[in-house]
Amino acid sequence: MTPLERFLDTFFNAAVLAKYAPAILQGVWVTVELSVLIVLSGIALGGLLACVRAYRVRLLSFGIVIFADIFRALPPLVLILIVYFGLPNAGIFLSSFVVLYAILTLILAAFAEEILWAGITSVAKGQWEAARSTGLGFTQALLWVVLPQAVRLAIPPLTNRAIAITKMTALGTVIGVPDILNQATTAQSFSGNASPLMLAAVAYVLLFMPFVVLSRWLESRFAWRKV
Amino acid sequence: MIDPRAARTADPTAPAAAPAAGRPALEIAALHKSFGATTVLSGIDLAVAPSELVFVLGPSGSGKSTMLRCCNRLEEPDSGTILLKGTPVTGAGVNLNQIRQRIGMVFQAFNLYPHLTALKNVTLALRKVRGLSRAEAEARAVEALTQVGLADKAGNHPAALSGGQQQRVAIARALALEPEVMLFDEPTSALDPELVGDVLAVMRDMKSAGMTMLVVSHEMKFAQEAADRVIFMDGGSIVEQGPPERIFGAPEHERTRAFLSRVTGG
Amino acid sequence: MEKFAEQFLNLEIMAAAWPTVVQGLWVTLLICLVVIPMGMAGGLLAALASLSPRRAVRWPMIAFVDFFRAIPPLVLLIFVYAGLPFAGLDISPFTAVAVAFFLNNSAYYGEIFRAGLLSVGTGQAEAARSTGLTAGQSLAHVVLPQAVRNVLPDLISNTVEVVKLTSLASVVSLGEMLHQADLARSVTYNASPIVLAAGIYLAILWPCVRLISRFERRMAT
Ligand SMILES: Nc1ncnc2c1ncn2[C@@H]1O[C@H](COP(=O)(O)OP(=O)(O)O)[C@@H](O)[C@H]1O
Ligand SMILES: [Mg+2]
Repeated sequence: MTPLERFLDTFFNAAVLAKYAPAILQGVWVTVELSVLIVLSGIALGGLLACVRAYRVRLLSFGIVIFADIFRALPPLVLILIVYFGLPNAGIFLSSFVVLYAILTLILAAFAEEILWAGITSVAKGQWEAARSTGLGFTQALLWVVLPQAVRLAIPPLTNRAIAITKMTALGTVIGVPDILNQATTAQSFSGNASPLMLAAVAYVLLFMPFVVLSRWLESRFAWRKV
Repeated sequence: MIDPRAARTADPTAPAAAPAAGRPALEIAALHKSFGATTVLSGIDLAVAPSELVFVLGPSGSGKSTMLRCCNRLEEPDSGTILLKGTPVTGAGVNLNQIRQRIGMVFQAFNLYPHLTALKNVTLALRKVRGLSRAEAEARAVEALTQVGLADKAGNHPAALSGGQQQRVAIARALALEPEVMLFDEPTSALDPELVGDVLAVMRDMKSAGMTMLVVSHEMKFAQEAADRVIFMDGGSIVEQGPPERIFGAPEHERTRAFLSRVTGG
Repeated sequence: MEKFAEQFLNLEIMAAAWPTVVQGLWVTLLICLVVIPMGMAGGLLAALASLSPRRAVRWPMIAFVDFFRAIPPLVLLIFVYAGLPFAGLDISPFTAVAVAFFLNNSAYYGEIFRAGLLSVGTGQAEAARSTGLTAGQSLAHVVLPQAVRNVLPDLISNTVEVVKLTSLASVVSLGEMLHQADLARSVTYNASPIVLAAGIYLAILWPCVRLISRFERRMAT
């Protein structure tokens, strides 16, 4: 074999690709499903926490800050391993899918809370005052006047963070979630060929590239806000 | 048109025996306010009659904004009472959100909601506080925008309006709630000189429609034409008050004279 | 409750695992020492290239950056570690980690440096050049310091992410902290060693996370 042939045979072996493509496609659905669930619930939870923090109840805010700090400071894989291997011995049995979903949701919620809170605090005080002066209550002013502006500020960093965290669904491989990477590594060890890994990489790039491009566009669109 | 004097349904919290006529629209008594160690208001007494335009003058830092902001309790007074048509504004148990609808406020920085169109800026409180349907709220908002001459800008976002137009939308936002008193905190100070006139014209219209107005401003000419009474504040209290002719023509106090010569003569 | 304490906060097991975990900590720090400077250097080059006036340089670099922002770091790592040997390139876990992190970090640091460079007005470089500084000097002494200051919170934030990401090296059996802790976990059938590692991560990263929040608040007002 020439070096080129060897390279093609290793990474683009048609027979191997054809054989394992269905398995990897199954993995794609698992990854997509997890990603959608994590983004929806993570951002919702983070938004809720940021709103609760706006009421400035000392104890609640303190709890939220501690939560957000811990889940931003710890490596996701550490949290996943603690929960996945620790809970069964304590008598709680959760599937690897649920563990991965829960941990990544909490991590995204922690980041989303911080990003949205920064947005809420950066809305000018006059906005609150104008709203309150027309008789809107605190909650109404928050929901209808302040939060929409905070969300606008938060969209670019939130998009970046959501991409980074949904990409971490690949960590599920370590605890046996049948996602893209898991299917690919299994296929790779059965076939003794690196083509499934190449296919997995391509699948991830196809899946996430649109969102990366979107985030680039969002950033350039919102860039004027920085000056 | 929205008649600012439109009769309101009887307020259940108002003392029943009090006669409606002859009572001030807004009554401030013994108002005190400090921020930490700095005393900002040291005993303000002021009664604004219905349909009266009271013009408030005074050097920067004299407490004008704080007095205004105590009237709708954006600032919490330390002591004193404020009554709106006999209804207490201060004290515990006041339904603030209800009373604030009856007191319109216009800010120096406009404070329009940047994410909403002019129309939605006006309809927000109508819908969320008053509970009007969308159609009712929009009809009333269009009326208010017409009153300030901006019906054609209803669909614009604040960023697409000039400063003067933004301030007029802000006035419409307050007017649409049919307030009994309007507070203006330097409404034209942030405007380019050529845009001031439009805002003052709207305020003049409101005055002739019978609105009760408490106006903090530096527009002396407007005060001379439109004010019923001018108040000079300094160091957190009212130094002197009277009809504009007298305050501008023959001020009694040295501090008033010094201030006026600084702003007009200098 | 007791079961939980026994399973997650077993001090005896933690004490026994301590030497193993600390051994891993040194490896984690060593990885950081290698991959953070490499990533920053690569990122700076990527940023400069992606701002090049020449389209033939700019577009491929933007595509490179977006590609590595789209691919999960673990996928990249496994691809490098498990894929390249098939092509006859046998590499150690450490090299695999260094290569994968270099590609991933260059992309992320690159985006940050790019934003920083864009935030410095062109007048600054022009002023520097007008006093006779070379392009390189004007970049190093005038533009870059301002760029770095403008994006310092993002740089710190990304560096925290890189430190967290080093835990992925455990997947390719590099004996960093999480790997060592997980080793102790599998021997003791108890999660306490990983909780111990988590505690060490927190001790290192919590102050950084606090600092980032402080920065964000300051920018906001
Ligand atoms: N929220 C606040 N905290 C502390 N001091 C304040 C605050 N608001 C106003 N002040 C102070 O109160 C004084 C009066 O302010 P203000 O009522 O705004 O005056 P004016 O509107 O007449 O210029 C000033 O010395 C100002 O610094
Ligand atoms: Mg003022």
